[in-house]
Amino acid sequence: MDTVIRVKDLTLYYGRHLAVDHIQFEVKAGEIFGFLGPNGAGKTTTQRILTGLLPPTEGSAYVLDHDMAKDPLGAKRHIGVVPEVANPYPELSGWRNLMFTGEIYHLDRRTLKSRAETALKDFGLWERKDDPARHYSKGMKQRLMLAMALLHHPQVLFLDEPTAGLDVESRRMIHQSVKRLTEDGIGVFYTTHYIEEANMLCDRVAIIREGRIVASDTPEGLKSAFSGSQSVLVSFGHLVEPGAIESLEGVSHVEKQADKLRLFTDSPGLVATQVVDFARRQNLEILSLNTLGPSLEEVFVSLSKGIFSLEGSTEKK
Amino acid sequence: MSRFRTAWAVAKKDIRIYYLKGPVIIFGILFPGFLFMAFAIGRNVPKESLVPGLIGMALFFTASAVTPAVLPFETRSRTLERVLTAPLSLSALVAGDVLAAFLFGLFLSLVPLAISLLVLGASVVHPGLLLLMVVLSALCFAVLGTLFSTPATDNASSVMTLANLVRLPLIFFSGVFLPIDQMPRWGQWLSFISPLTYTTELARHAFGQGGSIPRWICVLALVAFTLAFWYTSMTLHRRNMTRRLWL
Repeated sequence: MDTVIRVKDLTLYYGRHLAVDHIQFEVKAGEIFGFLGPNGAGKTTTQRILTGLLPPTEGSAYVLDHDMAKDPLGAKRHIGVVPEVANPYPELSGWRNLMFTGEIYHLDRRTLKSRAETALKDFGLWERKDDPARHYSKGMKQRLMLAMALLHHPQVLFLDEPTAGLDVESRRMIHQSVKRLTEDGIGVFYTTHYIEEANMLCDRVAIIREGRIVASDTPEGLKSAFSGSQSVLVSFGHLVEPGAIESLEGVSHVEKQADKLRLFTDSPGLVATQVVDFARRQNLEILSLNTLGPSLEEVFVSLSKGIFSLEGSTEKK
Repeated sequence: MSRFRTAWAVAKKDIRIYYLKGPVIIFGILFPGFLFMAFAIGRNVPKESLVPGLIGMALFFTASAVTPAVLPFETRSRTLERVLTAPLSLSALVAGDVLAAFLFGLFLSLVPLAISLLVLGASVVHPGLLLLMVVLSALCFAVLGTLFSTPATDNASSVMTLANLVRLPLIFFSGVFLPIDQMPRWGQWLSFISPLTYTTELARHAFGQGGSIPRWICVLALVAFTLAFWYTSMTLHRRNMTRRLWL
């Protein structure tokens, strides 16, 4: 698999503020690389370096073998970008926005019209193509932005929080499109706040905190390295207070979650057996019983707050 | 050629979006119109002597009205970052804005020209020179407009205020309302640093009213001002463009 993004010791000072601190990672063709981190961690700054908007202070960033410090225009011809806070031109229609985009990528008229029509139909905007974009909903604007980013058939796609605040339909449409792109070998750099989205969508993720990458692995790899929060989730037919089962062997603590109890443990198998015995003794009906591994969200929260580190993790920087 | 294609695409976008924006209409068309009327009505001078000043001032305000508005509006509406990620050079982007402003000035100069010929009774003695004056001046003032838009701000009205802070004083010592040879000595010296002076002087030559600066000097001065404005504007835009991303 070819590497489409190669980042080594990438550093950026904004004034005296160290925004990105010697990060390194690679993204392969056909891969969705999730870039996670809390606000102000350096996600958008990293994307801006990779899309040729900001020159790095130190280190290197290569996109499709183009050095972004020396030859950003060479890379820009082959990348598509949906920035974090960006809009189509509100005064122009969806169609005109696409025409303008195609023209600055020098697509010929016939190809441009054909691709614009296909894109508008694919993203469910064809019926509204002549409406000014200011009349579009947030989801429609974001779908149009994605259509604009894909019009010139890029080899790498950068998406910065593409589904933030969107309705379910738009979010699903964007997810499906991104997955389809990877089947065609397009590398995707995907920044998101939605951890579950990264879990479901991304082949690999990196977590950035205060400008530094604190972990990088597959979602499952990260979760398995974070072994401290396995649990058993149980729902009984009658109300049971957490204190009643806290004393079961292997249980570290119990949390009430809606109508369920979550028992944290290092031995979920043992605790599940104990819960069944407890229910039998108390003559309680078990409505549901599940063992849960740590969620990516828990890993993210712990890593981004610095209360957990992945010592010995396979790809940790 | 590819830069021109890009610039033309940007210009078409600007024409569709910015020609009808409030600040462009107010400061590019209405303001100079009212200003001219305020100075022309009731003055005991031959009407045709007002023509070079009318055309010069109209060109000055219209051609420099579009470019200051574009970048602040695009920064605020969050459309700029997307464009900057496209494979276009900064010079092609700014050249597109200049092209849109140039065409705006060029076409709107037809209005005062028509008024001059049909209402004020002026006649063109050197049409070729008039055309050269209009083209050179529209380009020079369009480039001047990009200079006004260099501060990294998303506030179009503050940029327009800055533009008027420069444009308004210039019209008083550029031979718009009073020919240069009738101005006091200090005013004549000041007039040499205004590009508008060379526009009105060329217009006087074109309408056969005898300018006090030779026409070839006027042409060279307009070209020199255009190049100087472009160089300064691009230097400042290169420095400030990425700062807009953080606004």
